[in-house]
Amino acid sequence: MTTPAARFDARTASQWFFRHGHTGWLGLRFTDQGDNWVELELPWRADLIGDPGREVLASGPIISLMDMASGMAIWQTRGTFAPVATLDLRVDYQRPARPRASVRGRVECYRTTRSAAFVRGIAYDADPADPVAHVAGCFMTIAADPRQEVPALKGAVGLG
Amino acid sequence: MADTIIELPAYARSLGIKLTGEEEAGMPVLRLDFGEMVEGRPRHFHGGATAGLLETAGYAALRTALVAAGRDPVMKPINITVQYLSAGRSQASHAVGRITRLGRRNANIAVEAWQDDRSRPIATAVMNILMV
Repeated sequence: MTTPAARFDARTASQWFFRHGHTGWLGLRFTDQGDNWVELELPWRADLIGDPGREVLASGPIISLMDMASGMAIWQTRGTFAPVATLDLRVDYQRPARPRASVRGRVECYRTTRSAAFVRGIAYDADPADPVAHVAGCFMTIAADPRQEVPALKGAVGLG
Repeated sequence: MADTIIELPAYARSLGIKLTGEEEAGMPVLRLDFGEMVEGRPRHFHGGATAGLLETAGYAALRTALVAAGRDPVMKPINITVQYLSAGRSQASHAVGRITRLGRRNANIAVEAWQDDRSRPIATAVMNILMV
């Protein structure tokens, strides 16, 4: 893949990101962005519930939502699309989402270094001031699959 | 055995998470095959899918322990911290939970996921779950 000349734009990239794979299966949608943040939406779907007694989105897909919004917030902040690997992601659940509610994930990248990026964000259903979850994460840049491209990194912590 | 008392939630079944019928220290081992539904960057597990497998295994372990203790509370997530140790490649992933502490109101659970080598986890998680 060649490096695109244009600055990374989450809105444009979303047209490609969510067509296939895990995020396509979840049906993630782009909703908003800023210089260093991205917001995505996980639409309500009955087969994504976590508790048979309640029509509430499971926590698993919400982690996927926040992980994806985190990566895109990093690319948005850096202005370039370079693969990142999640090192650590913490989710603090504040309350269940409302029944049959879609959930939005808004994540900002508050710090980047040469090889690391740090994010924090919220998941919410109706009001960003009343979030469903808070998240914090740490990511590492990878030039490519390090197991293939850089034999010396094989087995390195965090990259495999 | 654990499988007969555990039912996976709709989300886990939709994603393709399965009970293998195997156990580790009495806790059910779960499996998630690789496929487009779990793919992030090409030919690798999406971190969210791996987290979903870990979390599902954590709940399955807690449910197993609660049934053994004759308890049936509602489980509410407090938090989860996922550590990614190695890229999830295009093959099946497995996960099993271990109850670090089972209290009256709170359980602390450690979960490991691996692929072809049980001694080399690709991700771990620590979960706190409230029981009411």
